[in-house]
This record gives sequence, C-alpha cells and structure tokens, in this order.
Amino acid sequence: MPSALPDGEPVPADGALPASALAGAADRPLGFYLHVPYCATRCGYCDFNTYTATELRGTGGVLASRDNYAETLTDEIRLARKVLGDDPREVRTVFVGGGTPTLLAAGDLVRMLHAIRDEFGLAPDAEITTEANPESVDPAYLATLREGGFNRISFGMQSAEQHVLKILDRTHTPGRPEACVAEARAAGFDHVNLDLIYGTPGESDDDWRASLDAALGAGPDHVSAYALIVEEGTQLARRIRRGEVPMTDDDVHADRYLIAEETLSAAGFDWYEVSNWATSDAGRCLHNELYWRGADWWGAGPGAHSHVGGVRWWNVKHPGAYAGALAAGRSPGAGREVLTEEDRRVERVLLELRLREGVPLSLLREAGLAASRRALSEGLLQAGPYEDGRAVLTLRGRLLADAVVRDLVD
Amino acid sequence: MPAIPSHVPEPSRTDPALIRNFCIIAHIDHGKSTLADRMLQLTGVVEQRQMRAQYLDRMDIERERGITIKSQAVRLPWAPSHDEGNTHILNMIDTPGHVDFTYEVSRSLAACEGTILLVDAAQGIEAQTLANLYLAMENDLTIIPVLNKIDLPAAQPEKFSEELANLVGCEPDDVLKVSAKTGLGVDALLDKVVAEIPAPVGVKDAPARAMIFDSVYDSYRGVVTYVRVIDGQLNKRERIRMMSTGATHELLEIGTNSPEMLAADGLGVGEVGYLITGVKDVRQSKVGDTVTSQHKGAEEALGGYKDPRPMVFSGLYPLDGSDYPLLREALDKLQLNDAALVYEPETSAALGFGFRVGFLGLLHLDVIRERLEREFGLDLIATAPNVVYRVVMEDGTEHTVTNPSEFPEGKINEVYEPVVRATILAPTEFIGAIMELCQTRRGTLLGMDYLSEDRVEIRYTLPLAEIVFDFFDQLKSKTRGYASLDYEPTGEQTSSLVKVDILLHGDKVDAFSAITHKDQAYAYGVRLVAKLKELIPRQAFEVPVQAAIGSRVIARETIRAIRKDVLAKCYGGDISRKRKLLEKQKEGKKRMKMVGSVEVPQEAFIAVLSSDDSAGSGKAKK
Repeated sequence: MPSALPDGEPVPADGALPASALAGAADRPLGFYLHVPYCATRCGYCDFNTYTATELRGTGGVLASRDNYAETLTDEIRLARKVLGDDPREVRTVFVGGGTPTLLAAGDLVRMLHAIRDEFGLAPDAEITTEANPESVDPAYLATLREGGFNRISFGMQSAEQHVLKILDRTHTPGRPEACVAEARAAGFDHVNLDLIYGTPGESDDDWRASLDAALGAGPDHVSAYALIVEEGTQLARRIRRGEVPMTDDDVHADRYLIAEETLSAAGFDWYEVSNWATSDAGRCLHNELYWRGADWWGAGPGAHSHVGGVRWWNVKHPGAYAGALAAGRSPGAGREVLTEEDRRVERVLLELRLREGVPLSLLREAGLAASRRALSEGLLQAGPYEDGRAVLTLRGRLLADAVVRDLVD
Repeated sequence: MPAIPSHVPEPSRTDPALIRNFCIIAHIDHGKSTLADRMLQLTGVVEQRQMRAQYLDRMDIERERGITIKSQAVRLPWAPSHDEGNTHILNMIDTPGHVDFTYEVSRSLAACEGTILLVDAAQGIEAQTLANLYLAMENDLTIIPVLNKIDLPAAQPEKFSEELANLVGCEPDDVLKVSAKTGLGVDALLDKVVAEIPAPVGVKDAPARAMIFDSVYDSYRGVVTYVRVIDGQLNKRERIRMMSTGATHELLEIGTNSPEMLAADGLGVGEVGYLITGVKDVRQSKVGDTVTSQHKGAEEALGGYKDPRPMVFSGLYPLDGSDYPLLREALDKLQLNDAALVYEPETSAALGFGFRVGFLGLLHLDVIRERLEREFGLDLIATAPNVVYRVVMEDGTEHTVTNPSEFPEGKINEVYEPVVRATILAPTEFIGAIMELCQTRRGTLLGMDYLSEDRVEIRYTLPLAEIVFDFFDQLKSKTRGYASLDYEPTGEQTSSLVKVDILLHGDKVDAFSAITHKDQAYAYGVRLVAKLKELIPRQAFEVPVQAAIGSRVIARETIRAIRKDVLAKCYGGDISRKRKLLEKQKEGKKRMKMVGSVEVPQEAFIAVLSSDDSAGSGKAKK
C-alpha cells in the first residue's frame, strides 16, 4: 500500500455507499484485506503505511495500541456489515498484510478473522492468508494460526544473500525463510508463498539466481518476485541520491526478470500475473486476483483501500486518527472516488493485461485495437490467444506492460 | 541652448530653401536613438517631462533590442546660430539599421539630401554602417561625419576621426564630436545640418509626385503612409493615386509628425509627412511607390521602386496543433504592417499544419517569430532557415524549392543557389580566422582593404545558405565579438548541392531534411543523427536513426529498445494511483509527435531545429 493517499471526494460519516455500488453485488466475490500497521523496524526501501511505535495516540486522545488493535479493527468489520446491509455474500478471501501482522499475537489475527466469520460468514473454500516475518513466527504461532482458520501464509524472504538483505534493512538470518516454509507445511498450511525482491543495489545476477534457488529449494507453491522500486521519501532513495549506493539500471531489472522466469518455469512454476508465479491454479493467490479482476473487497485498517462496485475509498492513514474515528462511531474513510464507466474500462485493461488470461479485445476501442495489432506484430502480444480474442502479453511484453497499456486504452 | 524658434513655417507653406531633409546612419548601439531624443528636446518639440528614452522606437522589441525596424520622420524647427532670424525646418528621417532592411534604408536615403554618419568614438565604424554609408554616397547625399560618446573613457576620437575622414574624404578636424547622452555638441550638429545639407529642389507647379519611404499599420487609423514630396503639392481631401498599382484613395488626412501626428492643409515641395487614406494593409501602400494626385496626376513615377523579395524561408508550426488558426490570424495581422512578409500553408508529416514563411533575412525572421510568440502568445517550432533553390532537371523542367523536403527526386542537371557579397570589418589580427571561416563556408575572396592601420575590410562572395544558419555567431566567436558583417544579394551560382534526409526507423522526417553542399553532407548527417539519438527516448523497439542522400545511408546510430516499462506491484491500494499515473502519462504522450511509429518529444524537434542564436548582427544588443 503506497504511503500517499489519492485525492478524492469525502466519505460520508456513516460510510454509506451509493446505491450503484451495491447493484449486482451478489455476482461478485467479496474479500477482506486487514491491514496491520506495525513493524519492529522500518526497512529502508519501504514506503508502506506502517509504524514502529507500539502505541499511537490520535488527535481525539484515543489510544491506538498494538495490544487492542484486533478490537479496533473488529469495529470496522462491524461497520462494514452495516454499510453492506443485507448483502448476502459470504467472504471468499481474507488477507492480513502490513506492516508486520505477525507482530500481533497469533490469537489477535485469529480473532479478527473470526469477527469476519461472525459478521459475514466464510465460504467453505475461503482462502485465508497472512503475511509473516520469518523472524516473528515459530511452530506454535503457526499452529495457532492454522487452527484458527488460516490456510495460506506468505513470508517476506526478499533475498538469500546477507549483503542484499542488509541494503534492504531486513533483519532476518539467511536460511530462516526457507525453514519457515517447512514449519508452515508441518503446521498444515496448504499454500505457502515466498516474496522475493530483485534489482537491489549491489545484487549480482548470481546473487539473484542463488535467491531463486534457495526459495525453490524450500518448496513453496507460490513465488512473488518484485523489481525493487525506489520510492521517493524512503531512506534508500536518500542513500541513492547521496551516491552511497548505486541505482539499478532498468536493463538489469529486465535481465533479472528473465532469469526469474527461466528459473521458476524450469521448476514447474507458471506466471499468472506479471510478478507472480504458482505451481498450479490452486496455488494462485485468489485474494490478489480479486484486485485484478475488479471484484469487491473491504480493506480494514489505517490507510487501507477498498473497492465495492466501482467505488474506491481509502481510510485515514494514522492509526490514532483511525481508532478515533471508529471510537466516535464514524467511518474512518478519508476519501473516495466513484469510477465512471470509462475509468472502469481503463482499470480493467491496465489490471487484466498483467494477467496470464489477458484482456478481452472486446474491451478495446478502435484506436486501442489498432494499437493491439501493432503490439502483436512487435511481438508484445501472443498470437494464439489474440486469435481467440484476447490480448495476452508475451515474455517481452510483460516487461513492457505499462507501455502496452498506454496504447491499448486509447 | 537657443530659444524656441519663432515664426515657424507651416506645412504646405514652407519655402523649400528653409527645409533640410536628413537621416542618421549608425550602427545599432552607437547612439542614434539617443541622438534623436536629444534633437527632439533641443528643438522643443518634446517637452522635458514627456521625454522617454528612445522616443521614436515604437515597438517593445525595438526598444528592448535597441534596433529600429520601421522608420519614421519628425519635423523639427531650428533657428541656427549663424542665421537666427530664419527658422528652418529639419525633417529627421529615422532609418532601419539592419542589413535585412537595405531596401527600406535605400528608400529612406532617397528621401534625404544629407545624412549624419554617427559612429561610436570607442568602437569605430561597423560593416553595416559602412554598407549604408556607401548606399548614401551612391545616392549623392551630403555626409556629416560625427563621433558620438566622446565622453566615454574608452573613446579614441583621434583614431576614429582619422578613419571617418578617410572614408568620407574630409579632414579629421571636420568630424564633429558629440555626446548624445549629455547633449554636448548636438546644437552645433544641428547648425551644421542647416549649413551643409542642401535644400530640396523640386518643381512647384508640376503634377504632385511623392515617394513613399515608409508605411505603417495602426490599429486605430489604418495604414499611415510616410512620404517625401518631390514635385508639386498634395492637398487635404483630394483623391490620390498609387502609381505602381493605379489604385486610388481618398486622402482622409495629411500632416506632419512633431513627433505626434498633426494634421495640415497639405505638403509642398521637399516636405516630409504622412498620409492616411483608410487602407487597411501596407501592401496597398508600398515603400518606394510614387503617390500622385488622381486629377491631373503625374505620368511618370519616380525611379527605384522594387517589390520586396523574401530571401530566407522557415517553416513555422504551432507546438499545439489546435493553435493553427491562431497562427494564421497572427500572420495576417503582422502582414498588415509588413509588406515583405509572405507565407503559405504547409503540412509536415512530423510537425503537422503550419506555414512556410518567407523573410528578408535572419533578423526579420527572428523579429517575426518573437512577435508571434510575445504578442500573440503562440508557442512555435521554427524549422532551420533555408534559402530558395532553383533546380533544373535533365529534361529541362525547373523547380523552385523553398522547402528542402520538396527538393525534386530524379535526374538533376543543375542546382542554383543565391549568393551574397559579404563585407566584414574587423581588427587585422583576425584576418586569418575570418578567411578560414569564409573558406569553410564556400566563400570566394573578392578583396581586402585596410581602413586604418589595424582595421580591415574583407569582401567575400558567399552562398546565402552558408550565412543563414550560424555564420554570424561563428564570426563573432572567432573574432571575440569584434567583427561586423554586412551582406547584399548579388545573384545565384550553380553548386554541387544534395538533399540529406533523416530517417527514423526507416521513415523520412521531412522537418529534418536539409540541402547542403555535397562535401558537408556527411558532417551534417553525423551531427544530426548523434543529436537525435541523444534526444529521443528509448522506444519499445530498436530505432535506427539514419542520414541518407537518396537511398545511400551516410550516417547511422541506433536507439536501443527499452526493455523494461512495467510497475512491479499492482495491488488494491495501487490501482487508483496507477490509473492516475496512466492519465498523466497519456497527457505526456500527447506532447509527443508520432513520426511513423516513433514517438519524438517536442523538445527534440526544438533542440535540433533551433539554430540557437543565428539571428544575425541585429541581435547584438539582446
């Protein structure tokens, strides 16, 4: 979640949605994102909405504490129930992210999940994920999560190389994430993801290969690999500006991506989104697919974003202000935008083009179609799916997805 | 200071014997406008409190650059100290100071019997001044040499008196020394104008003949035409006839400038003043034309009339294509006041809709471009200036090429390009550097004369095309700013000229095509291709940038394909941000010009096409 909130119109105090947002809701899956805004330390590259203090006080004097965070968040889940009214949907996915969710007691994560279960009901095959820091879990913690209903876990591994982890300010010991995978399997988790970052200053092609090999050796069924984005305002951006660490060239990023694709596919993984690979369809992250396919999700927690039926809104960022709004019985929403038909079309193109299934050509206008034919002839789109009416990126196209999107939305 | 003259003769009733018509020839910066200011004050036509610097320069650009583009005439009463009882009428005709406007200068000179040759006592005479001096001599004008700025510590009155005396053919002691800034010596100068410049001679009873030496569009009054009456008399409310076109007009107003317009009953022999007829376009009232009365008018026009002929062309394109109608309107408006400005619509595959505009020279181009941008708020791309080529094919057909992209394909017999006679004045130490520059620009040395021990006049024949780009800048930098340049068109020559095309990803970019000498084609190609490689961002595919003559590639660079353009993460909270970023990128894309399949930023066109500072010597003061 990026730190800067977009501009938008105000959210009503009761959080009510326009009628249009709820129309046809029954046909769309519903998910929950729960944001835990706490970290033990802030990593140099991170610009997420996260805080290292355990207690934060809002302007109204309301205390947002790590210890009572599960209760505060449960207040928002109850607000969601009110706002969605008699929406009959059960929840298909829950994803707890951060920050570092595992800084909370495992029981807190389970309580938040149960709040959703109690208010909405969980679908029988619901995907319940939490992100986890390799250093803050152990077999007992994992067992509690699994028993509480979590069935998917995502570890922030980033790299297998100490010197790379150091640039990223990651405090875990190399080898620990791989061990976590085994512990999670032992605890009964069906699905395990490892997050990797490539293109960190100082990382070599071989460092990257070693990280991929280490990750694959641990036996996850899902890998996310992200090019390091140096966000303005982060410690890393300052260090690069001061010349203390070198900026990674885009061509190097491209090379690393090709290495990832080659290594992961050789190990039986298939890409299903530009930065995500899984061993099978069952291994895909269903929750993330809700984002990419325009489904509904409620993001609870400070700074969390939500989307329901063409309305996007986002909460106030500061945990104190967030807790204060809920304590006063108000929606913590800071702003929202009601998407036009064209906004939604553009979003579909930009999101779905990143997926293995691609974008239906029927979504494109005439200029976009002409651009798609050019992209096809330039080898950025796959010929087979194109004949079947879909724009699907080739490997080279995946690396140039943003450029292709700019043309296709015309 | 003499008293304000009494018994000032009135227009139409002024004895020609009391009239003196003169102009001031000076290099820009040498103080002409300041001297004119001082004369306005001394003769009392402008009161002290109304005085502002450079009173006669009307346009902002003129005042800022210290150059006079359009001339004007002021009627000054003056009772000379040697003949105080007789108030004379001095008509000061302000001349444009730049080489681009030589024709206008020649018409101003033709309206005078004498001229003040004004030279900066610290700098000496400059090439343009010399050119105008020769022009004045050809017109048999009486020359009064004057050194200005003698109050400056750097003034060298002895040295430059000597130089002027040599040029004019007088004694160094005859050179007047003044300071226009302080007013020192200006009254003596006015006395000398009365004493030395002959009074106008004309036939009083003949049909009226007046020569137009300037024509200015005024948004309130229409065209104001400045004339010098040679024979006869023009009277208010009569009908007049323009002899070049035969068009007749009602004379709505006739008068003189003091310096504001003042209506009169008429203008007699030797008098200078203005006419207003209600025409709205200066092309109906052309400089050099003869005005006569419709009734019992003259049969024969005064000599010397020429139609202005554009020498330099450039394509002007609005940066924002939707400004095209605005550009057309702006050019229409400027043309009202500029008979030399010609233009026609043109379409460029790379730049869209625009105009091919013809100019008298580089300063003219620069002034017009600046007025379009400043007065009409337009953002323009101007293509590199080019000259007019005449191409004769083997089958005998002939093409006139004003735009390099129209250079004909096929078997060419001869290509003719315009040439000029260039005069360069500089300190002798720079002779070598100047000759080297002129040689690389395909010049032919005509001759060289020493003006004084350490100053030399070098004459070359040069292709005009070699001068229009950056010749003047090069000259200035090779002579540490000391050289001055003047040139006049002298005809055309055949040359081995080729068209160099620039290809982006195999597509010709018309705006970058250039006609060069075949020996310089390679260097041009290499330079442009390298510049484009630097300016065009990486695209989704590899883009070869080539320079070619016909189908033969003479230079090549490759812009490597961009390999990564994708955001790594796109989750729930990123979506709004990502869509907004996309909208912003689309806006940026609109400012790109598509050349075939290659996106070229506007900045690349501007950087490649802008000749930086090629505007010729008139820009010196900027």
